[in-house]
Amino acid sequence: MKSFSGLLEGLLYAPGRNSKLSWLQDWLAETPDPDRGWGLAALTGELTFAHVKAGLVRELAAAASDPELFALSYDFVGDLAETTALIWPEPAELAPPPRLAAIVEALQQANRQQAAELISGWLGSMDATQRWALLKLATGGLRVGVSGRLARLSVATAFDRDIAEIEEIWPLLEPPYRALFDWLEGRSDRPDARGRAVFRPLMLAHPLSEEAAEQLDMTRYQTEWKWDGARVELAAAEDGVRLFSRSGDDITAAFPEIVPPAGWQGTLDGELLAGQPDAVASFGRLQQRLNRKKAGRKLQADNPVFLRVYDLLIEGETDWREKPLSARRARLEQLAGSWLPDGRLDLSEVLAVATPQELDELRAACRSDQLIEGMMLKLKDSPYLAGRPKGHWWKWKRDPLRADLVIMYAQRGHGRRSSLYSDFTLGAWRDGADGPELVPVAKAYSGFSDQELRALDKFVRQNIVNRFGPVREVEKQLVAELAFDSVQRSSRHRSGVALRFPRFHAVRWDKPAEEADWLPTIEALIGD
Amino acid sequence: MDSSWLRPAAAGLEILPARAFIDPLRPVDLAIITHAHADHARPGHKQVIATAQTLAIMAARLGPDFAETKTVLDYGESLMLGDLRLGMAPAGHILGSAQIIMDYNDTRIIAAGDYKRAADPTCQPFQPVPCDIFITEATFGLPVFRQPDPLAEIARLLALRARFQGRAILVAAYALGKAQRLIALLRQAGWDETIYLHGAMLGPCRIYQEFGVDLGDLQPVTTDRKSLPADQLAGQFVLAPPSALGSRWARRLPDPVSCMASGWMQVRARARQSGIECPLVISDHADWPDLLATLDEVRPRQVWVTHGREDALLHACKQRGLDARALRLIGYEEDSA
Ligand SMILES: [Zn+2]
Repeated sequence: MKSFSGLLEGLLYAPGRNSKLSWLQDWLAETPDPDRGWGLAALTGELTFAHVKAGLVRELAAAASDPELFALSYDFVGDLAETTALIWPEPAELAPPPRLAAIVEALQQANRQQAAELISGWLGSMDATQRWALLKLATGGLRVGVSGRLARLSVATAFDRDIAEIEEIWPLLEPPYRALFDWLEGRSDRPDARGRAVFRPLMLAHPLSEEAAEQLDMTRYQTEWKWDGARVELAAAEDGVRLFSRSGDDITAAFPEIVPPAGWQGTLDGELLAGQPDAVASFGRLQQRLNRKKAGRKLQADNPVFLRVYDLLIEGETDWREKPLSARRARLEQLAGSWLPDGRLDLSEVLAVATPQELDELRAACRSDQLIEGMMLKLKDSPYLAGRPKGHWWKWKRDPLRADLVIMYAQRGHGRRSSLYSDFTLGAWRDGADGPELVPVAKAYSGFSDQELRALDKFVRQNIVNRFGPVREVEKQLVAELAFDSVQRSSRHRSGVALRFPRFHAVRWDKPAEEADWLPTIEALIGD
Repeated sequence: MDSSWLRPAAAGLEILPARAFIDPLRPVDLAIITHAHADHARPGHKQVIATAQTLAIMAARLGPDFAETKTVLDYGESLMLGDLRLGMAPAGHILGSAQIIMDYNDTRIIAAGDYKRAADPTCQPFQPVPCDIFITEATFGLPVFRQPDPLAEIARLLALRARFQGRAILVAAYALGKAQRLIALLRQAGWDETIYLHGAMLGPCRIYQEFGVDLGDLQPVTTDRKSLPADQLAGQFVLAPPSALGSRWARRLPDPVSCMASGWMQVRARARQSGIECPLVISDHADWPDLLATLDEVRPRQVWVTHGREDALLHACKQRGLDARALRLIGYEEDSA
């Protein structure tokens, strides 16, 4: 527990991602099993204790302190766990604190009464930092800026593995992740995902520049429309059918109607779209579905969705990812025959493009179609590779003047919106002295619906890390897609660019911050 | 007991029979100064009564002619202002800080000013003096404020240096009092190498040294607009005022680890908002247990609270059967906490 409280405090004050990563790596290297796994689970919110809620902490605090003094203190500190940790009587003698695993395992088995007694007993022998860490752990509100992705990245870095290898087996693992560490430290084989409906990392494309487009030998590429929906993955196996967002979140409950034909097992990569295959509806319609965590029959009927399939990753026992795209596509075309009747799946069309001129014509065509975001060019020989490998897939966007940016700062609006955080400063990545860093490139305060605004406001309130007058700095984790009219050079902005008339196009709750755009991508749009 | 001769006024605490003010906020004819922090020791008074150390620091800060008459009143001495006897006792806050002891009409009132009870090698420890009315601050007047042993915090600072090899350890601290205390604590913990200073620290350190406080070898980071080479500062302690954190000046240091020494660092949300990497809970103000312990030792018949979080302290006084009231003086900042 002592080293865990040190880790928590280190992470809390770590000034950036790299610094957080180094704290996590050290923890993984120095901590024995099962403590390190429990710690990791606690950090990423995968560990909760049903019987330990704020109410229990409040009761413990009330029993240990004067109610009026506690109320005044809580008012000042603003955090229940921290107030309780600080106000708790200092132990006459510090006992060596129990191991993290002992705490977790005891709390998992305890009922409410037992949990209260356990916690109160531990608090009585800990110093203030350990008390704080214990209460944060027990109530499940660590909030030290460690996303699941960052935790997995720390495992990958600590054991010198590719993050994709970790991502792929993550859904098979359960805290305290013994199977993971056994494999990483050579005591057992890699956990096997066969027969399990788990998320496999998606393959992503690089933006295609004008010059690069002219160099491509179009006959070596499969060209498809890039649809303006939500990239998802559908997995069906022995243990069920699941739909995942591009970052691997399970969104099955929101789209229960998206299922493969009965009996088929495998994994498909595709675009979730609103409407029907022959009548695609706007992104706004899809957004209404994406905003809902669950969908009943009425919502499914009123606002239908379907999956336009791009690729095949797995079918039955066969892992198609090692095979070239041409083979995967051929197999998909065979399969697609069985999809037609139910209307929930269809196959993305392959466009006939043999020359750059033909590509130009298609680009002109999709400029007038709001449902298409652009085009995808995929090397026919390429295997399906996790992440964003160079030189395999290219994307060209119809409206180049959009960028995925990370929300960095927020400020309250004016008039009707004065109670909500509605003015945002967004940033793009660039290489800094200490690894990738965000630099502000735009301020935007329009383009979102009232519902989205309320969700953004809530996000800001829960993620404030710094205050500068009226400006709130937030945890750098939420991506928004901005649309804008043009990009100009600007010496007045730290980033060296200014976006004209930036506005929100979509809030990308599904997209990890590290996949937001880089400054050079935006600089490339100057003068367009 | 007669307390009618001392009252809170717009300029500060007014001593009616002496026509004087304690730590006045605006220029007055006669000012009695508890200690040299800028919010307590302001310019423009005709006559100032304070300890020799306080007068020396004021002269360095405000210029040698900061008052027409400067009267030294050291710890344990007293002087008469009409029928009022004025005395001084150490407050333990910073070098020269004093409690103001006033005897008039068979009543003793003590204005303690800013004070602390924790160990500080750079100034005389607080001396409890029995009195009828004790006027206390309440900067950390909440039970959540329980400061750890300052040497344990220094041990954390030394551990940090070992963890972040090759980086400068930049410690932000109030330039007067806190900085010298940190240096002395580092020396006490066995750190005898050169400690590097921001320009704002040089003057106060010199005064401390002139008064015989041993701070060891100190060196400015910047002389004649030239900074020391980065490799010389790697792994070294550099002290700077809080305003220097994140500044252009700080960026010249080799990948500095930003630390801050303040009692506010106890509250994590506050520490986090200040954007530092390592908070050190080291304060020059009494924490909650020390506020209460002081009241128990001084045993006043009445407690007046000047500024800070007085509600909780008033509540605790009531529980102890102590008559207490809040003066709610404004204008005394808490930067130096
Ligand atoms: Zn002070």
